[in-house]
Amino acid sequence: MHEMSLAEGIRQIIDTQAAAHGFARVTTLRLEIGRFAGVEKPALEFALDVVLRGSSAEGAGVEMIDLPGRALCYDCGEVVEIADRLDPCPLCGSGKILPQGGDEMRIKDMEVI
Amino acid sequence: MCTVCGCSSGPKIDGQTHAHSHAHEHDHAHSHGADHDHDHHHYGDGAAGVSVPGMSQARLIQIETDILAKNNAYAASNRRVLTALEAFAVNLVSSPGSGKTTLLCKTIEALGGQPLAVIEGDQQTSNDADRIRATGARAVQVNTGKGCHLDGHMVGHAMDDLHLAPQSLLFIENVGNLVCPAAFDLGEDAKVAILSVTEGEDKPLKYPDMFTAAKLAILNKIDLAPHCDADLDAYEANLRRINPDIIVLRVSARTGEGMDAWIDWLRAGLRAKARP
Ligand SMILES: Nc1nc2c(ncn2[C@@H]2O[C@H](COP(=O)(O)OP(=O)(O)O)[C@@H](O)[C@H]2O)c(=O)[nH]1
Ligand SMILES: [Mg+2]
Ligand SMILES: [Zn+2]
Ligand SMILES: [Zn+2]
Repeated sequence: MHEMSLAEGIRQIIDTQAAAHGFARVTTLRLEIGRFAGVEKPALEFALDVVLRGSSAEGAGVEMIDLPGRALCYDCGEVVEIADRLDPCPLCGSGKILPQGGDEMRIKDMEVI
Repeated sequence: MCTVCGCSSGPKIDGQTHAHSHAHEHDHAHSHGADHDHDHHHYGDGAAGVSVPGMSQARLIQIETDILAKNNAYAASNRRVLTALEAFAVNLVSSPGSGKTTLLCKTIEALGGQPLAVIEGDQQTSNDADRIRATGARAVQVNTGKGCHLDGHMVGHAMDDLHLAPQSLLFIENVGNLVCPAAFDLGEDAKVAILSVTEGEDKPLKYPDMFTAAKLAILNKIDLAPHCDADLDAYEANLRRINPDIIVLRVSARTGEGMDAWIDWLRAGLRAKARP
């Protein structure tokens, strides 16, 4: 979707951190991206490549950690892990489930020098 | 569609997206060479900002920050303003042409003297704000240029310009796009997805993020249903499959059918914002 906006959000956070922690360069950036966050990872990598130019994170390695999709099953009441929004409940087979997590997009940490 | 935002990464040719192949050209930026593996190895999940012994100044900084944190802060500030005013705000999202502006004009007529205001989001032109102003309502147009969604910051400025009266309804017509606006909280009380019966019964399944995020879906243009073999029950079933809690209203902004239920829902939302 709006990977360029996300990349800009990431750069703002890095710039703020650079001012606070006084590091010279980010070597690795680790992101956590939920399965249902709607983020197209290759598009985000491309956007970061462009947006991070001239920042302390230019050329940094970017690792994207996938977080699973979770959903509440309305029939058995359990919170279950699902791979696709349209999957049935893996416990009871019900199709009435509401996604509850998996829309995360976070910067987890970064390695800096 | 949105080349600047990187959204949908340009035309897909034989399943290969532009961004995908491009990312490969820049592989150096993402690959983890021997050097890096060596570094990484020693860091583990150390405490925030701790120097790693033996590594030249290298440190791991824990961030744990939402990428959209800045937008969410703007949205939270908008929400505080709305709460203080006891105003009820809806964020109307849909693909272009599903009838958002038409529905808004009819809604404004039906609401009579109710204090309200409209924020119109489009990439270009002030056509929609002009259409709204023609009804006598206050409207601000936000042009996002190449941007494919409104964000909390734009809406905050538009709200400042509108000088909302207490107990107002605020309608925000988002940029016509079934994908990007889903992720951007504007501070609204509810996202309302508009889906017209000419768009196809499978759209909720194809664009699940938007319909998961919405509290209410308006199935619009039901006057056209007989002309395009639209199966309204199938639309509703697919909406519920994606979001079991979604409220579905069948409406024709043209004939006015179903408008009463929509107006009732808006008034109930407004009453719920009133402080005792
Ligand atoms: N038949 C029919 N046409 C409608 C209805 N609502 C909107 N339209 C038409 O759909 C077209 C797009 O409407 P508009 O309000 O500009 O859509 P928007 O892009 O979502 O704001 C216009 O030609 C409207 O007259 C409806 O309920 N029935
Ligand atoms: Mg419009
Ligand atoms: Zn986009
Ligand atoms: Zn179950």
